[in-house]
Amino acid sequence: MIDRQPHDHSATGVAAADVEEPSAVSLQPPGPPRLLGWARENLFGSVPNTVMTLLALALLWEVVPPFLSWALVHAQWGGDGAACRQAEGACWALVGERHRLMLFGVYPYDQHWRPLLATAILVTLLATSAVRAFWRPWLLWAWLAGFAVIALLMWGGVLGMPYVETDMWGGLPLTLALAVLGIALAFPLSIVLALGRRSELPVIRAFSVAYIELVRGIPLVSVLFMASVMFPLFLPEGVTIDKLLRALVGMVLFTAAYLAEAVRGGLQAVPRGQEEAADALGLSYWRKMRLIVLPQALRLVIPPIVNQFISCFKDTSLVTIVGLYDLLAATKAALADPEWRPFFVEGYVAAALVYWSFCFFMSRYSQWLEHQLATGQKR
Amino acid sequence: MAEAPVVELIDVQKWYGAFHVLKDLSLSVGKGEKVVVCGPSGSGKSTMIRCINRLEVHQAGRIVVGGVELGDDVKAIETIRKDVGMVFQSFNLFPHLTVLENLTLAPLWVKHVPKAEAEELAMHYLERVHIPEQANKYPGQLSGGQQQRVAIARSLCMKPSIMLFDEPTSALDPEMVKEVLDVMIGLAEDGMTMICVTHEMGFARAVADTMVFMDEGRIVETAPPTQFFADPRNERTRQFLGQIIGH
Ligand SMILES: Nc1ncnc2c1ncn2[C@@H]1O[C@H](COP(=O)(O)OP(=O)(O)OP(=O)(O)O)[C@@H](O)[C@H]1O
Ligand SMILES: [Mg+2]
Repeated sequence: MIDRQPHDHSATGVAAADVEEPSAVSLQPPGPPRLLGWARENLFGSVPNTVMTLLALALLWEVVPPFLSWALVHAQWGGDGAACRQAEGACWALVGERHRLMLFGVYPYDQHWRPLLATAILVTLLATSAVRAFWRPWLLWAWLAGFAVIALLMWGGVLGMPYVETDMWGGLPLTLALAVLGIALAFPLSIVLALGRRSELPVIRAFSVAYIELVRGIPLVSVLFMASVMFPLFLPEGVTIDKLLRALVGMVLFTAAYLAEAVRGGLQAVPRGQEEAADALGLSYWRKMRLIVLPQALRLVIPPIVNQFISCFKDTSLVTIVGLYDLLAATKAALADPEWRPFFVEGYVAAALVYWSFCFFMSRYSQWLEHQLATGQKR
Repeated sequence: MAEAPVVELIDVQKWYGAFHVLKDLSLSVGKGEKVVVCGPSGSGKSTMIRCINRLEVHQAGRIVVGGVELGDDVKAIETIRKDVGMVFQSFNLFPHLTVLENLTLAPLWVKHVPKAEAEELAMHYLERVHIPEQANKYPGQLSGGQQQRVAIARSLCMKPSIMLFDEPTSALDPEMVKEVLDVMIGLAEDGMTMICVTHEMGFARAVADTMVFMDEGRIVETAPPTQFFADPRNERTRQFLGQIIGH
């Protein structure tokens, strides 16, 4: 076999190639080192690329292991403040110990089941509303009924539940209720403002422009402050408006101005011919807007609208400026105890996680919704 | 025409800023009459036809449709729009609604027809334009010719007595023009009053009672098609016909 004649050799060579080539070709594409190939292509494709990859890895190495060690490995999961002071890692015991104060603020301790139930109702309503099949008129009634029950629970004063004034409300239910009500009221207002800004009637247009530009030029803190302090000055003697309500009005007025601009962007993107076709069919202005223009405009601007919703949700933390105890303020108050004060980082991390999970849900939901609404009508 | 005209324009004037688009337009369209409007680009054909259902506002002169004069009165405008259908060059179907929903929308919300009845009506007109099988698709899933036929059916669902067409076939690929023109010819045969801006001269010859030629915002010539094509009076008309029939 070793000393073959040249002729033979080439013949077998050709034969071998003939046999092997197809299998070699069919083996190549699903070849095994996919991850390696991907890494080589995307992480080490060029010199700058390689440098960036190595830098990023070094950074991760600096940050991730110490964090994991703090947050998990050496963390103290139970016990009291003294135990935590002994531990090297995070003091999650704090969350276990103080979570009721963080979640419900200064609401009377023995009555915490009421805000808990209120929060559960609110979250259930939110989850229900997320399902498209439930977008029916009854959902609106469910919300109204839900809010009635929540108000009843929170205020009490009937059915053997002691009365609790709004100054004592706090924590997660306050944050959620402010955000949900704020968004629910600001959204319709923003649509009216956006339509007003495009109106053919000069007075309405001027008012909308003035409102939007004015409110957008003021920080939310000032709006809240004004709603809280100045608003009562304009009211007749003896009439007082609840602090919570004033903060809500401030949030709504502020959020609506920003939302209006997002909505206007959508309105501008709807082709002129759509309105003309609706006009030619004899639809009135409001029907034209509701049935033709807004459905198209709003689905175009779902991302910026949800962006604004997320902002609004986080902005509720600013109501602390007018003396309300939202989730963040309640967390801060819960950390005031000298025993736990050294572990404020853990407290804020826990609060941040709560904010983050709601915002992340909103973000993912908006992506899903956008996808859902787009099906069937590609152009 | 012994009967009162259903559409009448008397000395209509319109300006866009300082630009005089429509100059002394006078036109009278009788019941069942088919008017085909042609003329060079920018001559004001679209503007005129859009004044008839007040998508554009005229500044002087009178426009009377079905005995109702167009003015600032919103009720009068709504009355006229219910009775005047319009088909656009770019179809303008509602992309977020299915074909069926496009058709039932105006009967449901403008005329308050019960839903079942509106759907029956919609299917009837979809059959007339030969695409009942597309009822549950979205406009974006149809060809241009199909979309334009849906647009025609959408107007017909309001049972208008007058139909306006603004270059209904000029956004279509050549092979789809015929299917739309066939539907329009069918409508004409049923006695619909039609005002149609188009350069489809074959269609004009077959259907028109009156040809109108516009140039630079004026109606330059109004004539029955036989005379219009064989012996146009106006020099501009002659040039224009020479251009579009010439090739
Ligand atoms: N909104 C507007 N503002 C200012 N000028 C306009 C406006 N709409 C149309 N015009 C002008 O008015 C003139 C008539 O336009 P119109 O659309 O009626 O012409 P047309 O005869 O339909 O032309 P085409 O055959 O190209 O459709 C054109 O010169 C056009 O530039
Ligand atoms: Mg035109």
